[in-house]
Parts: sequence; structure tokens; C-alpha cells
Amino acid sequence: MTTNHSATAHHHSHHFDSAQHEYESDKEGIWLFMVTEILMFGGLFVAYAIFHQIYPEMFAEGAKQLSWKMGFFNTLVLIASSLTMALGIYYNQINKSNKAFWNLIATLVLAGIFLVVKYFEYASKFETGFLPGKFLNPETVGATSQNLGMYFGLYFCMTGLHGLHVVIGMILISWLAYRTKRGDFNANYYTPVEGVGIFWHIVDLIWIFLFPLLYLVG
Amino acid sequence: MGTASTNPNVNYLTEFSGIKSWLFSLDHKRIGLMYMIAILFFFLVGGIMAMLIRLELFSPGPTLFSADTYNQVLTYHGAIMVFMVIVPGIPAILGNFFLPLQIGAADVAFPRLNLASWYVFMFGAILAFTTLFTTKIDTGWTFYTPYSIKTGTAVITIVLAAFIMGMSSILTGLNFIVTTHKLRAPGMSMFDMPLFVWSLYSTAIIQVIATPVLGITLLLLVAERVLGIGIFDPKLGGDPVLFQHFFWFYSHPAVYIMILPAMGIISELISAFSRKTIFGYKAIAFSSLGIAAVSFIVWGHHMFVSGQSEIAGVIFSFITMLVGVPTAIKMFNWLATLYKGSVSFESPMLYALGFLFLFAIGGVTGIMLATLGVDVHFHDTYFVVAHFHYVMVGGTLMAIMGGFYYWFPKMFGKMYNEGLARLTFVLIFIGFNVTFFPQFILGAMGMPRRYFDYIPAYESLNKISTIGSWMIAAGFFLALYVIIRGIISGPKAPANPWGAKTLEWQTSSPPPHFNFDKKPTVTGGPYDY
Repeated sequence: MTTNHSATAHHHSHHFDSAQHEYESDKEGIWLFMVTEILMFGGLFVAYAIFHQIYPEMFAEGAKQLSWKMGFFNTLVLIASSLTMALGIYYNQINKSNKAFWNLIATLVLAGIFLVVKYFEYASKFETGFLPGKFLNPETVGATSQNLGMYFGLYFCMTGLHGLHVVIGMILISWLAYRTKRGDFNANYYTPVEGVGIFWHIVDLIWIFLFPLLYLVG
Repeated sequence: MGTASTNPNVNYLTEFSGIKSWLFSLDHKRIGLMYMIAILFFFLVGGIMAMLIRLELFSPGPTLFSADTYNQVLTYHGAIMVFMVIVPGIPAILGNFFLPLQIGAADVAFPRLNLASWYVFMFGAILAFTTLFTTKIDTGWTFYTPYSIKTGTAVITIVLAAFIMGMSSILTGLNFIVTTHKLRAPGMSMFDMPLFVWSLYSTAIIQVIATPVLGITLLLLVAERVLGIGIFDPKLGGDPVLFQHFFWFYSHPAVYIMILPAMGIISELISAFSRKTIFGYKAIAFSSLGIAAVSFIVWGHHMFVSGQSEIAGVIFSFITMLVGVPTAIKMFNWLATLYKGSVSFESPMLYALGFLFLFAIGGVTGIMLATLGVDVHFHDTYFVVAHFHYVMVGGTLMAIMGGFYYWFPKMFGKMYNEGLARLTFVLIFIGFNVTFFPQFILGAMGMPRRYFDYIPAYESLNKISTIGSWMIAAGFFLALYVIIRGIISGPKAPANPWGAKTLEWQTSSPPPHFNFDKKPTVTGGPYDY
């Protein structure tokens, strides 16, 4: 019924004046969506802040169980993936689809590495009994804080929701890589790449806050 | 009349046909109508629940069903009316339809996202309704912890449903903000926009900023039930009052999601039926933004007796009274618009005047409840019930009805029966006051809200209240008849039956698929009478 702007790169939807007009609108939409993402995580950060204030020892005990080395490694991985993502946008903007494609693939690989590391972290927590909430038995893990389950509840909720965003990001980046390969993007049209790029940077940014709060703050 | 269209027989309703042309339509007007059908159905269900509540309270003791059933009916009435009717109501139906038309755009900024929002909303709504057939919830629409953690009912399902409908609300808000910023017709500055657009814009800001917090709150409630993470559970060292803070951080701004667009409709109606430029355009526009801003810092007034600190109570009490300032600015500007206007009393205007009357009562009792000492006395009594029904029903529903009648000729290209439409106003307006005014008195006498039973001293006022609810129901059923009869056999409507000045009246009735045959250029203001 309406013209589909994704199929014809330099065209624009009927209700916009120009491709530039559509691009600016799309970008504003993406940023607004990012506002909602940050506010959603904001609720978790507020919960963290409140209970960290009430139970500092319990949080210190929980943080000690996490491997800061793995967390730090993952931080570097995500920062690197932000770079490759940015390059993926840049090369699409200057009509170098091939380079853009490989940078997107690199972003995917880095995201995959992040998830693999996360998997090992989760697995070791599960094995040693540091489960979320009521599944954590303070006696079997030898915890001094009776409500240590709250720390791991928050840990799994925060990193789990973030991990879900990483997975969604990977799906979107795969779609971008496919479309880059197909030659959909060029100097005149790269809105989806930039939009997903913004999303990906926000996902990285959230991790940059999660890492010190959960792993380092004792 | 109707000269705007080159072929007057082709419009958005007739250009495409078949069920698929609706279910896959990217046309904001059709999506608005799809919302209308869904929300009218939900309103019917929520309304039946309300009638059942009033019937049960007709006399003390078990009248119709058991106390447990009563709690369920009460919960569904609240949850359906809030999440499925009043929050989405005006933005999703009338906003979708008229926001692009009023700014001279061919569609919203993201038409596919708009359709997706409808599907997300429907998915959430259907998910919520499934709980009627599994285990009915009885937490009240606020899902307060710790009861919502302990109860063995389908809390997770309905909470996820509310989360999903919240996503739909966010996406609609996001769409409207970008549409307002980017798609205004050439020559239309932000201060040439109709005030309905301003109100939708302010509402959209709240939808985008507040709803994600509700989302995470509901997810945390799910985590609390599934994992027992303990942040809301006092047994595990958590704080149930934290849930209330999180919940009202969304749900208080949500009150303005419900009322702001209603105020926008009233601005349109008062100006159109006074045939006069709106008084204090900028003051009304900025007061919408003002209400949106203040709405985020008043949530604690729902929690005066929750055990939050006294100083917090005093501060929240003071800030809450500030809401009265932008609200009163609107009221006085509407009254000033009426002054020396050539006022006529068509049914939309009757609803607008009804709004002014009822909303004034709702607003002033709101200031009473904002007063800390008074609220401690009235908290959780029928006084509060009466107050928010005066605002939500007396305010928002009056505005929806007025808006429906006002824009009906544009939406369907037909006229409805004016005499019957006025009769619906009489029934609903009188019925509403008969139902809810006694509840102020009941509340002042100390009758607690949400209870299934009451002492005999409250009986006569409760009987009056229940009888009033029958009048409201009769009014709404009559309105449904007026609308259906109008759609089927109403006489053809001209392009601009009210002689209004905003852009939607410059195109044919109903509008063509792309709204305007020729993109309008704006040279004057929206209320140049």
C-alpha cells in the first residue's frame, strides 16, 4: 500500500518530504527509544542503589564471588565491539560495503565472545550454588549474609536483561550484515545501520555501568 | 462542501476493502478505528464489571456474589479501565486519527510501528483476558506487594500483559513526538498547532518517560514471584513500600496520560462552539507541558499513610498542590474563551461544559486530598473513589464522548442524530453525579473503599449511587446506538459541519487515503475565527 523505503534505498516514504527528512525523523525515533531503554534499566539501578545503601556488607560479600577479571575482559570486548560497530557505520557511509560488512561481522564475533564469557560466569555461579533469590541457600554456600540471594537476584536480573539486549543486538547486526552484503546501504541511505549502532552503543554503555557496580564496588 | 477531494466517492474507508486491507493497513485513520473497536469492547467489559460492583453494593451483606468474587470483579474493573480504556483511549483512537490531520501530515512518522503498536496492544489485552479463564486475580489494579507476591492467582500473566500494553503505549508516544516535531505542514510552527496536538505531545512525553519505569517494576514483580529476589518482600529483607514508589512513579504520571488529551479535546470544543479564538493559547500549551513536568514529582501523595517519612509527605503534599496551578490556568482560559463568544449547545459542547463542571469538582477535591492532614482522614475511603472518578470519568470520559461526537462527521462522513446525542449527555451527566456525588459523602462518613460489605448506616447513599449507575449505563448504550445508527444510516456530513478552523476540517469528510489531496500550507493560527 505504501512505498517501502527499505527496498528502494534512495527513495523515501510518501509522508516525508525527502530522504533527509525521513532520516532525521528515524534518528529522533531511535534516540527516544534509547531514552526508554535507559529509564527501564534506571529502575534496576535505583533498586541496586537503595539496597546497596541498606545492606553494604551483603553486597560486598556478593561482589567478592564474581570474577572481576572476566567482567573486565568482557568490558574490553564490548568497547572493542563499539569500535567495530562505529566502523561498520562509517564504511557504509563512504560506500565501502565490503569493509562495512567485515566490521559488522567482527562486532557479531565480539558480541558472541561476550556471551560465551557470560555463559561461563553464569555456569560457575550455578555450580557453586550462587543462585538468584530464594534458590540461594546461605548455608550451602557458606554465606554470612542471610539475604545474599537478593544480591544475586539483582545480579542475574541486571546482567540477564543486559544479555537479552546483547542477543537482540546480535540479531539486528546480523540483519545489517546481510543487507550490507546485498548492497542496500550507501552514502545516501544508512539509517538502519546508524540506528542499530546507537542501540549497540547504549547496550555497551549500560554494561560499562554494570561492571563496576556489580564486580568492583564492594 | 467536499470540494477538497477530486473524487468525493473515494476516501480512506472505501479506497481499499476486505478484512486484510484493515488488518495490514498502515493508514493512521484505519488504525485509529481499529483501536476504537477494541477499546469500545474493553470499555463494555470494564463497564459491566462496574455495574456488577454497584449491584453488589446495592445493599449490605452478600447481594449478588461472594466477597472473593467481588475482589476479582473490582480488580478487573480497575485494570481494564486503566490499562485498556483510559490510558490508550484518547491517544490511540482520536490521537491516531487526528494528530496527523491537525498538523497537515499524510500519516504519523512511523506507520508500520503504529500498526505494530496495535498488535502489541491487542496481544497484551488478550493475554490479560486469558486470566479470566485461568485463575482470576484479586490484587486490585495496583498489584501491591506483598499480597501480589503471595496470592496464588495469575499475577504473572496479567503483569506481563500490562508490561506488553505499556510497550504499545511507549511506541505510540514515541511515534507522536516524532510526528509532532517533524511532520507539521509547511508554515506551521509549534505555536500554530491546535491545542489537542499540544496535549497529545505532552502526553507522549509522559508515555515515553514514565512507562519504562512501570515496565521494569512489573518485571521485578515477576522476578519476585519466580525467583524470590526479595527486594519487595519484607521477609527477605526487601521493602514493599519500594514497590509503591516504583509503581506510582509511573502511575501518577499515567493519571495525566489519561487527563491531558482530554483537556486538549476540551480546548478544541470550547473554541469551536464559541466561534472564538481560544483565550491564552500559549498559556494552555505551556500548562500542558507544566502538568507533564510536575506529574513526575508528586507520586508520593498516593503514599501518605504508607510509612514514608513525614518530611517526604510534607514535600509531596506541597508539590501536589502545584498541579492545581497549570490546571487552573486551563480552566480559566476556557472560561475566558466562552466569555462573549457566540456559544451554541450542540452535543460536543454539552460534553465540554459537562467536563468543566465535573472536572472542577474533581480538581478541587484533588487539592483537598493533597492536603496531608485531610488525606490521612480520607485515605482509602470512598471520598478518594469519588474524586478520581470525577476526574477520570467526569473528565476523561466526558471529553472522549464530546470528541467522538465532534469528530464523528469527519471519521465516518455521516451525521448522527443530534437530539439523541444530547439525550446521552443528559443521562450520562445526571447519572454520573447521582452515582458519584454520594460517594463523597460516604467517604466523609468513613466508608472504606474496595470493601465488599458495609454497615447499614451507609445503605441509602449506596442505593442512590447504584441507581445512578443504571442511568450512566443507559446513556452509554444509547450513545452506542446513536453512533451505530449514524454510521449506517446517518445523512452525509459536509467537510466542515461545525465551521471549525483547524486543518482536519479543510479536507473532505471522510478524508482521502493520504489525508489531503494537496499538501496544506498554513498561514494563520488554528483558531482564527
